[in-house]
Amino acid sequence: MADSGVTDGYEKKGDIERAKSEGKELTKEEKQRLRKEKKQQKKSKEKKDDKVIQESGKETRGDSSAASPPQPSSQSTAQKAPSAVPPPVSVPAPEAPTPADKPAKSKAELKAERRARQEAERASKQSKKGDPGPQGAVSKSKAATNELQPVVKRLPEHIQVDNPDVLKKLAKKLERQQIPLRLDYGYKVSLFSHLHQYSRKAPLTQQLSIPSTVIHPAIVRLGLQYSQGIVAGSNARSVALLHAFKQVIRDYTTPPNEELSRDLVNRLKPYISFLNQCRPLSASMGNAIKYVKKEISNIPSQCKEEEAKHKLLKCIECYIKDKIILAATAIAESSIEKISDGDVILIYGCSSLVNHILCEALEKNRKFRVIVVDSRPRLEGREALRRLVQRGISCTYVLISAVSYILPEVSKVFLGAHALLANGYVMSRVGTSQIALVAKAFNVPVLVCCETYKFCERVQTDSFVSNELDDPDDLIVTRNGHTQLENWQQEPSLGLLNLVYDVTPPDFVDLVITELGMIPCTSVPVVLRVKNVDQ
Amino acid sequence: MPGPDKETDLTERVEAFLSDLKRGGSGAGPLRGSAETARETTALLRKITAQARWSSAGDLMEIIRKEGRRMTAAQPSETTVGNMIRRVLKIIREEYARSRGSSEEADQQESLHKLLTSGGLCEENFRQHFAPLKANVIEAINELLTELEGTTDNISMQALEHIHSNEVIMTIGRSRTVEAFLRDAARKRKFHVIVAECAPFCQGHEMATNLSKAGIETTVIADAAIFAVMSRVNKVIIGTQTVLANGGLRAVNGTHTLALAAKHHSTPLIVCAPMFKLSPQFPNEEDTFHKFVSPHEVLPFTEGEILSKVNVHCPVFDYVPPELITLFISNIGGHAPSYIYRLMSELYHPEDHEL
Repeated sequence: MADSGVTDGYEKKGDIERAKSEGKELTKEEKQRLRKEKKQQKKSKEKKDDKVIQESGKETRGDSSAASPPQPSSQSTAQKAPSAVPPPVSVPAPEAPTPADKPAKSKAELKAERRARQEAERASKQSKKGDPGPQGAVSKSKAATNELQPVVKRLPEHIQVDNPDVLKKLAKKLERQQIPLRLDYGYKVSLFSHLHQYSRKAPLTQQLSIPSTVIHPAIVRLGLQYSQGIVAGSNARSVALLHAFKQVIRDYTTPPNEELSRDLVNRLKPYISFLNQCRPLSASMGNAIKYVKKEISNIPSQCKEEEAKHKLLKCIECYIKDKIILAATAIAESSIEKISDGDVILIYGCSSLVNHILCEALEKNRKFRVIVVDSRPRLEGREALRRLVQRGISCTYVLISAVSYILPEVSKVFLGAHALLANGYVMSRVGTSQIALVAKAFNVPVLVCCETYKFCERVQTDSFVSNELDDPDDLIVTRNGHTQLENWQQEPSLGLLNLVYDVTPPDFVDLVITELGMIPCTSVPVVLRVKNVDQ
Repeated sequence: MPGPDKETDLTERVEAFLSDLKRGGSGAGPLRGSAETARETTALLRKITAQARWSSAGDLMEIIRKEGRRMTAAQPSETTVGNMIRRVLKIIREEYARSRGSSEEADQQESLHKLLTSGGLCEENFRQHFAPLKANVIEAINELLTELEGTTDNISMQALEHIHSNEVIMTIGRSRTVEAFLRDAARKRKFHVIVAECAPFCQGHEMATNLSKAGIETTVIADAAIFAVMSRVNKVIIGTQTVLANGGLRAVNGTHTLALAAKHHSTPLIVCAPMFKLSPQFPNEEDTFHKFVSPHEVLPFTEGEILSKVNVHCPVFDYVPPELITLFISNIGGHAPSYIYRLMSELYHPEDHEL
């Protein structure tokens, strides 16, 4: 390659010198050719450098070093391909006006043609070869966009904790955004070494300086509320997130020479990383963030700042009203048809939607009683119990290990969901799948209530690959003044596992009640497709 | 006179045992293991045989039945007491039959043919007096006691036949039999154990600390995560409080969920139960099957505002049907649940099923 470039350059130089000696101006094409030749030489030198770097150490090839050569080389390939065409076209043109110089011209013409052919071949060879990494990626991505959709998405960071490269990248990113990195705590069970495990006693906010100039105080407060479990439950978390974003937008001013639509999105990125560090984002939060980012980037550039902010605030309020509050009303209306007088309804944990449904059913004068099932270590069922008892619903309370004792009395099971996956599996609080299993064994119908904004395009078949590990110290309990697991960290072969979510297979679920209607579990991808088409 | 002193001494022993039973069975799980209860019951029955006044086998059986009824009434959920009493009654019948000279098989075979042709067993009223009967019975009870001492070891010896290396085994709550079983296997094989803490008593914590001290890789999970982790489990090994006459179990609460999850994933469910836990009860007796303890364990008194308006249940036992069980491992070997009825007929006489 380098040799041909040299000979080519030599030929070009000869031609150009001849042209110069003939007293003609360097034509545009010849000037282009000169430029091209110089670029080629530069690129061949850089390629040699690249190869040397690769051979010495692959890891040191960061984004920055790979970024610069692709830019000029892609430009040069782009230029070469079209520029290969003009010389053969333009070369015959000079032939016509000067027939006197025919023999010299024909020689030059031949040489030009040969050169053009060589350049064309070289250009095609390069695009076929696919230069290490970036150029190949450029051509591959061009090919990929012709297909239906990019098939493999980037794996999220929070399920690749066992990969040191990913951890290093995350650390660099957080350093750039000036957010402290949260460290894992305690002995992790080997099946879950790919997930984070944090301790509640070491919140991220302890490592932040006060006042924090990088992160808005509303976001700091929200992060602390998430990590300490003060705000829990997917609806509550999403609504709190949207309110915090509204505050951020209100306090935002566009810096000079920046566009609101681009700068605000960049401003939100470190906030989202911070919240992710405090507690991994839920599927509903992810969808809400996508919506907000889309609305921001759709702001026209000639829009004034005040107007834009007002518009965004209104959008967020509409989202909360439509997707959460009105959806809950619609779901409650459909569900009340399913509750008849004399029913015994079993619920698990504290789902705001299911509580809302039961309270609405009581207002419509349905006669039923409720059995609340709870589990350690979160004991969220007590909160649901308090809310229902205050409204005057007669309740029974048991722990999840007693569920096979109490199930013969039950006529229906109502469950809430954290997310509905595209293959029909229901992702919910750990223990939900167990209740669905036992209900199936006793032939009791299981109904899941879920708003459509919680539908997620991910697929999952078991509870291991993507989950959240909570603080393992929560499992420790003191009974009769004796704490059995107090020194569990000292025991080398003892581990505690505190899972937060699990997935329920669709054959355990009889019906999913959404604001679009009552659908079977397997219709989730249909709803997702319809939503995407709408948007 | 030695007689009345011995009698008062005997009644004192019996009363002490009864009050122990009443106290021991309340709330925080059995303070003593079933093996200990079985041994104490048998020792007490031996003492009764030695010191009480009786002249024929029938008298002795009456006395034992009377004491037995009192003992089972003191703590109905402690079925090992009743089981031991029935064993001793069977021993007495056998010894009586041997002294009389008739073969043992004739008594045991209760085929329809025999019932019709023999015209009933009315002549069997155990009224004959045999001098060496007392000594024989006491000797047989001593044999029973030695059998009881060796049950846990006999079960643990079978551990290596059932556990291979790199397995993941799941268990629930605390069972001394299963603990000994796993520790024996851990001497030669490396495997991983997942223990479901059994709320609200959380006895799984103690089991996990004991197993980890023996060098076994242990993980404690909450009850709610049983189905979530079941897909990675190779075997489920549990203990039980009682083995019922149909092959089902009366085990600690949460076991039925565990059995259903194991069935869903086609994971074998192995029950380690010594023979003295086998009881001629059936699970249909609703009022005696379940036992409840103070709901304070589930919803503590600190939640005072809502306590008065809420029903709280805290059952201690669960019924596990025999279809969900793969194998029983007992001190006399391994059996399928469908074989339990046969073992029952060998251990107890049908007339003793109702004390």
